[in-house]
Amino acid sequence: MSVSETRDKIQKEISAYVKNLDNVIKSTGLPVVNDQKTGNPIWVGVREITLRYQFPVKKVSKFFEGLKEGKLLATKCQKCGTIYFPPQDDCPKCRVSNLEWIEMPKEGEVIAFTVVNVKPTSFSHYSDYVVGIVRISNGVNVLGWIKGNNVKVGSKVKLEVVRREPEGYLTYVFNVV
Amino acid sequence: MRNVAIVGTGHSKFGVRNDVSMQELAWEAVKQALEEANLEQKDIQYFVVGNVGMWSAEELPAVVVGEYCDLTPKGTMRVEAACATGSAAIRDAYQAIKAGEIDVALVVGVEQMSQSPNPQVIELIGRAGNYFWEFENFGLTFPGYYALYASAYMAKYGMKEEDLGSVAVKNHYYGARNPYAQFQKEITMEEYLKSKPVAQPLKLLDSSPITDGAAALILASEEVARKITDSPVWIVSQGVASGTANLSRRTDFTGIEASYVAAKEAYKRAKIDFSDAWRYFDVADVHDCFTIAEIMAYEDLGFAKRGEGHLMARNGETYIGGKIPVNVDGGLKAKGHPIGATGVSMAVSITRQLLYRAHKGTQADIRNGMGITHNVGGTGHYAYITIYSTRRPSS
Ligand SMILES: [Zn+2]
Repeated sequence: MSVSETRDKIQKEISAYVKNLDNVIKSTGLPVVNDQKTGNPIWVGVREITLRYQFPVKKVSKFFEGLKEGKLLATKCQKCGTIYFPPQDDCPKCRVSNLEWIEMPKEGEVIAFTVVNVKPTSFSHYSDYVVGIVRISNGVNVLGWIKGNNVKVGSKVKLEVVRREPEGYLTYVFNVV
Repeated sequence: MRNVAIVGTGHSKFGVRNDVSMQELAWEAVKQALEEANLEQKDIQYFVVGNVGMWSAEELPAVVVGEYCDLTPKGTMRVEAACATGSAAIRDAYQAIKAGEIDVALVVGVEQMSQSPNPQVIELIGRAGNYFWEFENFGLTFPGYYALYASAYMAKYGMKEEDLGSVAVKNHYYGARNPYAQFQKEITMEEYLKSKPVAQPLKLLDSSPITDGAAALILASEEVARKITDSPVWIVSQGVASGTANLSRRTDFTGIEASYVAAKEAYKRAKIDFSDAWRYFDVADVHDCFTIAEIMAYEDLGFAKRGEGHLMARNGETYIGGKIPVNVDGGLKAKGHPIGATGVSMAVSITRQLLYRAHKGTQADIRNGMGITHNVGGTGHYAYITIYSTRRPSS
């Protein structure tokens, strides 16, 4: 299912619920319904909130440039040598900024994973997905989706930059080798 | 620094509590605590409210609770430390009394998660790690966090599904005997093995439920505590630690480092030897939001050697009469896990255990007069370890 189809489906459910509530208000003068399980009277809020956050990415915009070239970029402090993934442009240990951008190697090994069966609403349009933590060959961990059959702790994987469908934005996955 | 004692405890019934509003729910626990301590609101000099919120409508829960419970105009604040919120609230009041600023404080943890539909609550909890790198892109859920640990632990130490199941079976056994618990029903290993996967390898019966509930404590300085009660329970020490927001930045996935760091700090202050810590305590409440969390807690607290926590579960060593009774109030698994109330609920359970006031069938033998709570926020994003005793601390 596409993102807008999923959203439409959820909106339809909400609309049906709100229409029901409107009828309750019309007939009783109050947005109060009885809970199906407990029978307790519940006031259903008539004000709703829809949120999509906006977060600044200027200091790590190189990371997103890297994705366009099929690369997963990390930052490295030239003073202490720490590699940061997720990337950050400040080394708090040395109190220096403008860190060096380096490409992460593509080879790694799964050190922990799970199959997400009960999904958050905003991920409900995907089939069950595997999230894992992969130790990359340079010793740095990366969390991401793992594709392939029979994922295990110890599975060798290879990183790939892909478009996340159906949204179509660039991100990375690990494929079992 | 002064000694601090618990002089009153309160606990609501946990579960789907849509028969009351959030402030009415808080009052159930506050009222009980005031009655136990035989105090009036005017005697409370400061109150702290542990509440994570987001799923519930009121944005200023401390104020709403203060008004309803007639605690206004005393000073207050709302505290958040994810699932360790209740312990963080205790810490705030404990330190204010310890430092000599006030003599009597009330702590209330309250959460009404059922104000939002379950899918929304699952969504909101999933976002509670590192939002961008874990949730926005990869949709990691809360059970998913702990499942990562479970998979690594199983691979390294050969833990079996049944070992996780034995934690669930034990906690339901005791939950069935706790009238405050959400699930007052025993389960069998067969039912456990058949339960639906949530985030493999974790199943529905590995998981604590979405819960409404409240718990309260009244804390007092030594001088005042002596006047209020002849059976104070002392807070001996507390250890606190944090972990990275990004799980990928953890070094190990077979234990919770923040728990271990916090335990060492609490033990050092209480002069407890880590390697046989279990000998000091008559009873423990540990964070079992998922069964794997309880197994790792055995190790992070020094009750079992590294890699042997699952054997402790397998051998039933944490039942009453075993090596050390753990979560004999049903734990979060069966008692329920109203996030902001959990830490306070743990403190109430241990206090009542030490005073021989636990529910029938859940009372441990009290020999040393000491107990411990282990409260983890997120997946080791926060950790609070608190040690309690019926004997006055020497410092
Ligand atoms: Zn540096």
